[in-house]
Amino acid sequence: MNFTEHAGKAVLRAAGIPTPQGIIARTPAEAADAARKIGKCVVKAQVPTGKRGKAGGIKLAATPEEATAHSKQILGMTIGEYVVDEVLIDPQVNIAREMYAAILNDPESQGPLLLFSPEGGMDIEEIAADHPDALLQVQINIIKGLDAEALAAAVRRYDPPAAGAITDILVKLYDAYRASDAELIEINPLVQMRDGHFVALDCKLTVDDSALPRNDALARTGSPDKTTELESRAKALHLKYIELDGEVGVLANGAGLTMTTMDAIRHFGGAPANFMEIGGDSYTKAIPALEIVLANPKVKSLLVNFCGAFARTDVMAEGVVNAWLELKPKIPIVFTIHGTGEDEAIAMVRERLGIEPYDLMDDAVKAAVAAAKGARA
Amino acid sequence: MIIGGKETVLVQGITGKQGTFWSERMREYGTRIIGGVNPRRAGEKHLELPVWASAQDAAKEGKIDAAVMFVPPFGVKEAALDIIAAGIRKIVCLTEHVPVQDTMYFLAAARERGAQVIGPNTAGLVTTGVSFVGFMPAFNARVFQPGDIGVISRSGSLGTLLCLNLVQAGLGVSSFVGIGGDPIIGTTTRDALVALDRDPATKAIALVGEIGGAMEEAAAEYAATMKKPIAAFIAGAASPPGKKMGHAGAIVMGDRGSYAGKKAALEEAGVTVCATPNEVPGVIKARLGR
Repeated sequence: MNFTEHAGKAVLRAAGIPTPQGIIARTPAEAADAARKIGKCVVKAQVPTGKRGKAGGIKLAATPEEATAHSKQILGMTIGEYVVDEVLIDPQVNIAREMYAAILNDPESQGPLLLFSPEGGMDIEEIAADHPDALLQVQINIIKGLDAEALAAAVRRYDPPAAGAITDILVKLYDAYRASDAELIEINPLVQMRDGHFVALDCKLTVDDSALPRNDALARTGSPDKTTELESRAKALHLKYIELDGEVGVLANGAGLTMTTMDAIRHFGGAPANFMEIGGDSYTKAIPALEIVLANPKVKSLLVNFCGAFARTDVMAEGVVNAWLELKPKIPIVFTIHGTGEDEAIAMVRERLGIEPYDLMDDAVKAAVAAAKGARA
Repeated sequence: MIIGGKETVLVQGITGKQGTFWSERMREYGTRIIGGVNPRRAGEKHLELPVWASAQDAAKEGKIDAAVMFVPPFGVKEAALDIIAAGIRKIVCLTEHVPVQDTMYFLAAARERGAQVIGPNTAGLVTTGVSFVGFMPAFNARVFQPGDIGVISRSGSLGTLLCLNLVQAGLGVSSFVGIGGDPIIGTTTRDALVALDRDPATKAIALVGEIGGAMEEAAAEYAATMKKPIAAFIAGAASPPGKKMGHAGAIVMGDRGSYAGKKAALEEAGVTVCATPNEVPGVIKARLGR
């Protein structure tokens, strides 16, 4: 789950990292009020995505009138796939230097990776490309935790006078990363002000979805993924469904097989209408899954691809057959079924729907693509 | 990470519904299940096998080569640390949705003790006709026939389809290595490739990858040094970028982890990349000259 800057900064503050004391505004009038309290300020769009500055979502304001004008412009703006419905009114700070700090899950070292650079304010990709010598990377042993002394020694090579203060922030950032089950927590820029003190001017936070159930309070401050109406329905039923633009509906089990079904549809000249997986524990939910897939008006044919290992194809097929007979859709349906319970599943489809499942997945995909085109003509 | 017939296997969570069902299947197949763990039922028998309070207790009564976990996500870290502390060297973690920081923690503990972790979020290991650990349908003769093709897959369902396609084409599987669909896993594609390259029973390899991460790219570096032919299928060519497609690991961020990048890296290493899983057996036959 992604978090807005404002929600991320709350996590930083809880770990003891200073941030500007900004105020959230949902209307231009609220923005003006906030600017009156704060003085010279920055109006910042609060959406959980990057490139806000380039999109025109971050503007300096010297007066409440300017804050009003900027927030009028920014509220309602679309950045990435998000519509801006709140802005953060942050006090302007006297910037002496901009730095970069982050901790993330690193698949290569299979542990946390700390990144620090005395060059900040640009994307980490740019820092890595333009200033490779100025990028400190520290692999952290998650059992032992962050070794503050070794880190301080490393930071001293980049900034001797401020090494202590920077290390202190990095140690707190690691605490925040661990406490929030983050995949990524980033401060960019980490600012040293003219008075020498440090402040986190921005925060990017992504929390591991698998860990959300044990971080309830934090999860409530996050920004859920944008979902369509059908995706929301599926989510409520704990079904993994993503709506796409094509015309061949997909119902399969297991993430790998479902992705592969979509790939094969594309390969044979069609386009998938959705991702819908009913594997794992959800293999008994074939009926609601089918209802959701068919509720998308773009679907012109349906491809059912089951390959049972853990999931039983007879249980899944029974659900599909029952739902099909009840909903009586006017589109063609194509089956390919293999693995655990396949004999019963194939017999059921044959007897109750009068349809012969395909032996090879590729043949089933070709048939479903052709059927969708026929139905469209 | 190939499972041998002589290895003794402990089942964490043996008394649960899935633990019971799959322990019975594994035992029928020939896997040497020596018992299980459930702290609340220690001292009892289940499936006529002993139940211990912990893996460490179980290890006091004899050598245990491998452990398989039927444990809910938030219990995995403690269960894995128990298995590692018991000195068990091979750990198969089937559980999906394990918090990644928990995974990193017990992987670090496993590295310290020299234990090999397979997973999390794997369907397990099969050595056809000998032993299986996890929940692959090893006992289904249409999916698994003895043969000399090694199969590596992140996904259970897709791995099953691939094994079945091999059987349909008259081929069979030496060993199946399910490595798991999570972004951080103990055994990588490259690790599995090395193991099957060294396995005398394996003459060619079917590699099932997925978009996201850099594991296929790392495996390609090793594949370039191999003599055994490899046919690969990479799932996710049609998946939109930035969307999580079921497997947490299958997400493309920018150019990193893209289908095109993986395909290019594997092809440069001499691997044939197939457009659909159905094409894999034909490619393997051609490359083995059968």
